[in-house]
Amino acid sequence: MLNYFARRLLTMILTLVVISVLVFVIIQLPPGDYLSTYIAELESQGEMVDKDKIEFLRQQYGLDKTPVEQYFHWVAGLVQGDLGYSFEHSLPVSEVVGDRLLLSMVLNFSTILFIYIVSFPIGVYSATHQYSWGDHGLTLLGFLGLATPNFLLALILLYLANIWFGTSIGALMSDEYIGQPWSWGKALSVLEHLAVPVIVIGTSGTAGMIRRLRANLLDELQKQYVTTGRAKGLPPGRLLVKYPLRMALNPFVADIGNMLPQVVSGSVIVSAVMSLPTTGPMLLRALQSQDMFLAGSFLIFLALLTVVGMFLSDLLLAALDPRIRLSGGMRR
Amino acid sequence: MSDTLQHFVSREPFDIQDIERLTPEQERYYMASQWRMMWWRLKKHKLAVTAGIILLASYLSIVFVEFLVPYELQTRNTDFIYAPPQQVHLFHDGEFVGPFVYGYRYHLNMEHLKRVYEEDTSKVQPIRFFCTGDPYEFWGLFEADFHLICPAEGGTLFLLGTDRLGRDMASRLVYGGRISLTVGLIGITLSFMLGITIGGAAGYFGGWVDNAVQRVIEVLRSLPELPLWMALSAALPVTWSPILVYFGITLILALLDWPGLARAVRSKLLALREEDYCSAARLMGASPTRIIGRHLLPNFMSHLIASATLSVPSMILAETALSFLGLGLRPPVTSWGVLLTEAQNIEAVALYPWLLMPMVPVIITVLAFNFLGDGLRDAADPYD
Repeated sequence: MLNYFARRLLTMILTLVVISVLVFVIIQLPPGDYLSTYIAELESQGEMVDKDKIEFLRQQYGLDKTPVEQYFHWVAGLVQGDLGYSFEHSLPVSEVVGDRLLLSMVLNFSTILFIYIVSFPIGVYSATHQYSWGDHGLTLLGFLGLATPNFLLALILLYLANIWFGTSIGALMSDEYIGQPWSWGKALSVLEHLAVPVIVIGTSGTAGMIRRLRANLLDELQKQYVTTGRAKGLPPGRLLVKYPLRMALNPFVADIGNMLPQVVSGSVIVSAVMSLPTTGPMLLRALQSQDMFLAGSFLIFLALLTVVGMFLSDLLLAALDPRIRLSGGMRR
Repeated sequence: MSDTLQHFVSREPFDIQDIERLTPEQERYYMASQWRMMWWRLKKHKLAVTAGIILLASYLSIVFVEFLVPYELQTRNTDFIYAPPQQVHLFHDGEFVGPFVYGYRYHLNMEHLKRVYEEDTSKVQPIRFFCTGDPYEFWGLFEADFHLICPAEGGTLFLLGTDRLGRDMASRLVYGGRISLTVGLIGITLSFMLGITIGGAAGYFGGWVDNAVQRVIEVLRSLPELPLWMALSAALPVTWSPILVYFGITLILALLDWPGLARAVRSKLLALREEDYCSAARLMGASPTRIIGRHLLPNFMSHLIASATLSVPSMILAETALSFLGLGLRPPVTSWGVLLTEAQNIEAVALYPWLLMPMVPVIITVLAFNFLGDGLRDAADPYD
């Protein structure tokens, strides 16, 4: 197990390094650095450019150095928790983001939880009642869930809420808590408001999970040991839970690797559409104004969320399934 | 058991090969090529066939967009801003008139400052077919003004209403299909080529090539796609022309989409390269490109096509999402996502719900590709 843990940790760190290089390249992609655009913009408006500030920023980011040095400078800052400097807001990134990172994590985590909690009973039901009306209905629903892109679903819900209740549902907490320090009341309010975005983001993931669990469980149920068990007179509930369900559960847990990037992607765009106070809308704004350091920090954060999530789920899976930790191989 | 069995001898001439001869149906079945059998299998899948026909029709319509729709992409009808959809009627006062629409009666609600359009049942505006109307440039090649349908002389024909500039939504929707549908097709072609080349190299050569490709795939797949797409398309230079941006976006979509396909190709090739016919080809001096392309890939081309079909929707959706967020295509290029940007303002949508219409073709296309892909995947293995 320790061996597996070490190897998995190493791969995770390597992945993160590659990702950081990738994100850095993306930050550097727009022609010219942000400062030159900034100066040009100010000058076109006939404003004086504060030479000292420019010089300060140039040094802060080592924009006069080679790209490789700049990269190490940037990464060193990241590791120490210095997320960089937002040019648009003229503030350090860490001050701009506030508790958005935390809310993003809460949102994504709740969505994953929602997907598992909802898809598990439905998947088991569909498999044990194959070709029943309930199964057909749920399959159809699942297909629709898979085909409706989540940001369109968010738009539809916003529209319906606007017509029926005349209110906007695009918020993560009641107004009185915005900008307030965390308290029980605020946490509860966030939980209440989470429901709609979680359902919107989780729909397609849930549909996919149901299909997968159903297929896995059906495969298991057709095996001979199940027939043997039934012939020996095991009660149906025990016959289902004791072995087939446990076998079908492994791929179900392992699939978080496919699901996590999808959920994070979904949460970004749904947050942008519903203007939730998570990283989504801010990432979008940063990208639109080519405030690349802010955007880069968000990208790194989102990637970190996925990679660490997958790492944890892999450890969980290894604890569940001795085959994985003994062979030491990566899953998939 | 004393009594002997009844003896029977058939007087028919005996043909030794009779037992091995095939009935015409069997012969047709056994002699059919793989692709023909797949076609038979696919034909049985009613949903897939329907989806295929819908897709074929939409892709055909791309070619003749200008001719099919009543209005040109940018025609502004300034008297009809945010006009609601006009319904097509057949009977007026119990009399058959053929397809027609009623004109609008317009007044400004001074209390809410809302534009109010009502059906004016005294204005009967018969729809004209094969007529001359809005002038357009066919694919930017030559000018024409011949349309399949046009509004009545001096009348209007807004089947899906108009937007904030008084442009006909229905026409713009069909124009948008030209961009949205081709983005998916070009994107998948690019990612198909990338996937086959990279996956092929990894599977055929194995060793360190395989290892490197595997790691890259792992990294790419552990990244949330959409934020990366957003970042890459935000990094496209602002100075690029719309056409360049269009190709840039397709390239970006393809750049992140190939790992799935590459992985499929790799795992198949790893098994197939040990086959005897592959060694034979190698001994005869065939180059790796020839062996992969000529001997190995055709083995599972059908599977690849099926999985490619299944990944077109994600591209179309990605383009829609990017354009919707304002990071993808920009006007004057008009895709469904660009049309949906009008729906970003939820207050406007509450008043003018037809702004959400571009969703419908998006969902239909996505569903159709999914059904067709499912059918193709089932048909890809006609021998089981």
